[in-house]
Amino acid sequence: MDTMQLLRLIETDPLISDQDLADALNVTAGEVSAAKKRLENDKVICGYRTIINWDRTGAEHCDAIIQVSAKPERDVGYDRIAGRIARYPEVTSLYLMSGTSEFFVFIEGTTMREVSDFVARKLAPIEGVTATVTCLQLKQYKIEGRLLEEEKRADERLLVEP
Amino acid sequence: MSIKERLNENVRALRPSLLWQFFAMAMDTPNVISLSVGEPDFPTPWHISEEGIYAIERERTYYPPSLGFTQLRRGIAAYYERRFGAEGYTADNVMVTVGASEGIDLACRSFLQKGDECIILDPGYVAYEPSVILTGATPVYLQLEEKDGFKVKAESLRKVLNEKTKMIILNYPSNPTGGIMTREDYEELVPLLKQYNVIVVADEIYLELVYGQKPFSIACIEELRDQLIIVSGFSKAWSMTGWRLGYMLADPELILTMNNIHQYSTVGPATPAQFAAIEAVSPKSDRDIDTHVQSFESRRNYLTAQLNRMGLHTPLPEGAFYVFANITSTGLSSYDFCVRLLQEQAICVIPGTAFGASGEGFVRISYAYSLQELKTACARIEQFLESLK
Repeated sequence: MDTMQLLRLIETDPLISDQDLADALNVTAGEVSAAKKRLENDKVICGYRTIINWDRTGAEHCDAIIQVSAKPERDVGYDRIAGRIARYPEVTSLYLMSGTSEFFVFIEGTTMREVSDFVARKLAPIEGVTATVTCLQLKQYKIEGRLLEEEKRADERLLVEP
Repeated sequence: MSIKERLNENVRALRPSLLWQFFAMAMDTPNVISLSVGEPDFPTPWHISEEGIYAIERERTYYPPSLGFTQLRRGIAAYYERRFGAEGYTADNVMVTVGASEGIDLACRSFLQKGDECIILDPGYVAYEPSVILTGATPVYLQLEEKDGFKVKAESLRKVLNEKTKMIILNYPSNPTGGIMTREDYEELVPLLKQYNVIVVADEIYLELVYGQKPFSIACIEELRDQLIIVSGFSKAWSMTGWRLGYMLADPELILTMNNIHQYSTVGPATPAQFAAIEAVSPKSDRDIDTHVQSFESRRNYLTAQLNRMGLHTPLPEGAFYVFANITSTGLSSYDFCVRLLQEQAICVIPGTAFGASGEGFVRISYAYSLQELKTACARIEQFLESLK
């Protein structure tokens, strides 16, 4: 089975059934199910996410990216600090980066106040964190490779072509 | 004498295509789902389009050289070597054309005339027959069979060759059958093609779309090079149908001969399109092609599995983006099957007979659609088949 293609198909449509995946990969549904299980156990598949444009829900919502500068520690580098930051449920994604700051921390909150409180009371005081820059998200245009505002492009091809 | 009576007799000999009849019927069908397109559903990769836009911004809107921009011609020769291993081609072997269609027309008009015979494949792409007829030459049909994977076999070729045969038009991977030819398949034909000194026009427009194996170009058969004209284009591999851009690869002498028509008839494709194509043939675009091929392969597998499950015998096609489904188990003719499927379930597929008499018993179904769209369409086809029981 083409595992990479299996992953691409699931990434495009997490709701696709095992039988449809089997047909698309020219294997049996049992083989698909076993492969998915193995990929989940190996943490290659880390979950199945729904992409939501929160701006369209009308719900109070505030996302932010915090650039965090930090000092590395002997033997563990940045891993201990990263572990501490990652533990907070407000943190949705965390990356060690090259560039002007060490971490990009993605925060999900309800209000701007909630986000700033989190940075001031929890993130900035962590030992080893030397500075933070908070960037509030104003509007989402594209998430996970998908354009959010663009209307679905109508199929403008001719109905019949040679 | 009416205008119609004053028509060129070759034009008068052209027959209307079934395809356009189905186009009209599909247009009149509410909520129709068409599985009849001949182009990918992916947009042209943005970095390629951007080069076309940039060319316009830089006011590169002047006439192109008739053979095409040298940078593009070099790029095409390098691309054929990089992707298919066809060595030895240089810019001198390349002419850039207005779609592969112009290439077919140029090859026919440059070499065929009344009294000549040109072998075309049956079933085969709809443009070959009119291109031959317009020259006054006679099309001779080489019948392909499902049991052979719709390949050209030496014994079938031998039956249609004679001293009048000047040209054969091949098309692999094939529209409409999805069949492919391997090195071994072509090598079987070489002695006959050499013996009769036949000009071989190979339409390789779908060559990138081969599944489960490496594509094989007939250009890799060295001994055929002096009688070979490769016709291809940017439409299928890079989703550039609307850019109308194709090319030919042949011996430089043949290229210059065909340019005698090309330089007067079209002068060459639009200059900005050629700048976009320079980006398309560069190695950085190979990933776009590979991504498209992976996607098509899944759709092919999906559609074929569904059709077989419904009881339509459909071998897994090895190339292009069509399945040529065998519908003889329904007891309907290809034409009736397609008309009824359109009328009863608003699904448009094309009767095999639109591609030649040997297409009877088959329908062409395109899988240049998302899996979700194919799933919806398959549900309707299944309902139609159930209603026939």
